[in-house]
Amino acid sequence: MSTQPDLNLDYLANLARLALTDAEKAEFAQQLGDILHYVEKLKQVDVSGVEPMAHASPVFNVWQPDVVAPGLPVEAALRNAPARREDMIVVPKVVE
Amino acid sequence: MNYEAVIGLEVHVQLKTASKMFTRVAAGYGQPENTLTDPVVLALPGALPVLNKEALDKIITAGLILDCAIAPVCKWDRKNYFYPDSPKNYQISQYDQPICVGGTVEIELPGPSRNVMGEHKKIPLTRIHLEEDVGKLNHGASDSLVDYNRAGTPLMEIVSEPAMHSADEAFAFLTALRTAMVQGGISDCDMEKGQLRCDANISIRPVGETKLGVKVELKNLNSISFVRDGIAHEIRRQVAVLGSGGTIVQETRDYDGQTGASQSLRSKEMAHDYRYFPDPDLMPVKVDEAWLAVIRPTLPERMFDRQRRYLEQFQLPYTLTSVLVPSLALGAFFEEAAKLSGKPQAAANWITNDLQRELAAAGVELAASKVRPAHIAGLVKLVESGVISSNIAKEVFVAMFATGEQADAIVERKGLKQSTDTGELEKWVTDAIAADPKAAAGFKGGNEKALNAIKGAVMKASKGKANPQLVDQIARKLLA
Repeated sequence: MSTQPDLNLDYLANLARLALTDAEKAEFAQQLGDILHYVEKLKQVDVSGVEPMAHASPVFNVWQPDVVAPGLPVEAALRNAPARREDMIVVPKVVE
Repeated sequence: MNYEAVIGLEVHVQLKTASKMFTRVAAGYGQPENTLTDPVVLALPGALPVLNKEALDKIITAGLILDCAIAPVCKWDRKNYFYPDSPKNYQISQYDQPICVGGTVEIELPGPSRNVMGEHKKIPLTRIHLEEDVGKLNHGASDSLVDYNRAGTPLMEIVSEPAMHSADEAFAFLTALRTAMVQGGISDCDMEKGQLRCDANISIRPVGETKLGVKVELKNLNSISFVRDGIAHEIRRQVAVLGSGGTIVQETRDYDGQTGASQSLRSKEMAHDYRYFPDPDLMPVKVDEAWLAVIRPTLPERMFDRQRRYLEQFQLPYTLTSVLVPSLALGAFFEEAAKLSGKPQAAANWITNDLQRELAAAGVELAASKVRPAHIAGLVKLVESGVISSNIAKEVFVAMFATGEQADAIVERKGLKQSTDTGELEKWVTDAIAADPKAAAGFKGGNEKALNAIKGAVMKASKGKANPQLVDQIARKLLA
C-alpha cells in the first residue's frame, strides 16, 4: 500500500517528541499509511444527509455527583515511573 | 506617532469542587506530592473519564453571572501534545463547542479621586469553556520532577475579546472577574495557589487604524498587579520597538513581576499543532431550560448592580458602597444592620470604619466577629435618640467588639448615658468658667471660638457624658 502524500512522518515524530531511526520511520510510514488509506476508503461512503456528530449514539449528560472517592496511594501511583525522587516522577528537563 | 494598545486576556480559573473534572479522586492544593491521583488522572490503560456534575453547574453559574449564552449542546475534545505535565498526552478541553458563548464583564476604571466613581465599561467575552488542569513540573538543575495532584482539576478558560486598551482596563477586568467568581461560589481565585491565572495578548496600532497589530502573548502573570505592570511594560516595549524603526514579532514573552522585565519564550515558528478531535470517551452535554431554571435563583446579585442599589435605595456615599460591595458577607451584614436600625448611612459608617478597623487590628474574619448587625443597630439607636454622644459611642463600640455585649447593656453597666440633668450640667459649666476666666472674658468680648474651650472642659469633666447641645445652651446663658 502506498504512503499518503500528506503524511509527514518527521513532523509527526517531532510533535510526539520521538527520535526515530530510518528503519522505524519506514515501518511507521507503512502502518500510518495503511490507516490513512483506510480513512480514504471511508470517505467514499455517501454521508450526504447525515449531520456531523461527535458520537454515533444519542446519549447525553453522563455524569456523577461531586462526591470524593478514594484515589491511589502514592506507592501505587508511582509504581510505573521509570525514575522517582521525593515522591515525584523524574523526567528530562524540558522547559516550555 | 500615537499608538493605541489592544489587549485580550485569557483567564484560567479553577473551579471549587471536591473531586476532579473527569474522575472522583479529591481535588486540592498543598497535599503531599502525587497523593491526589487515580487511574483516570494517571491515564492508566482502560480508565474512563466521567464528568463532574458540580463542575458543570459551576461553569453555567459563571456563564449566567457574566451574561453568556449557554450552549444547548456542548462537547469534549482532545487537545493533543506531548509534555510531562499531562500523563495522557492530551488534555480534555472544549474546542469548537464551548459551553458558554459571548458574555460581558462590567468594569470600573479608577475615578478622579478615591471618593468619586470612575467610568464603567462592559468588556465583551468571546467564550468560556471547561477543561482539566495539568500536573505541575518542578524544574531542577538537570531534570524535572512531576507532581500530578493538580492534573485533572476542573479548570475554566475565560477568553475576552481584544477589547481593552490599557493596563488599567485589564486590571479592572481581572478585579471584577475575580469578584464575580468568588461571589458566585465558583472559585476562591487565590492566585498564589494558582486558582486564577492570566495570560495577556497585547498588540499596538497607530491611533485610527482598525487592523490589529502583531500580538505578543505575555505569560506567567501571577498576581493582578503583575498583570497591570506587565501589560504596561509590554505596551512601552512595543512602542519603543516601533518608534526606533523595528518590527514586532509574534512571540510569547515571560514577564517577571519582581524585576519588571520580560524575555522571549518562543516564537511563532514553534507554535503548537494540537490536532483537536472529539473525545470518544465522553458524551456531549445538553443544557435545557429546566437546568438553567434551577441555577438562576442561586445567582448572587452582581457587584455593580448591588452598588447602584446601595447608592439609590440607601443614599450611601460612593466611598462607603465601594467598601461594602466587594464582599457579599459584608454587604449582607450591612443590609441587615440597615434594616434593624432604620438608619442605613449611620450603620454603613460604623461597619466600614469602626468594624473594619477593629477586625483588621484583631485579625478576625467578619464571620467570627462578636459584633453582629443587631449590635450595630442597637448602637445607632442609642446615638440617634441622644442617649449617648457619638464620642461615647466609639468607646461603646470597642467594648462591644471585645465582649459581644449589646450597646445598651454596656452603657447601663458603665453609666455612660449622656447627662441631660440641667443641675449637674450647670455645675460643670460654672466650674469650667471659673477655671478659665480668660476664655469666659474672651467669649463675652465677642470671640465665639472662646466658648469651645469652656465646652471642652465640660466634656472632659463629664467624661463625655454631657449633652453637647445642652452644654452650649447653658454656657451661653451663664455668660450672657
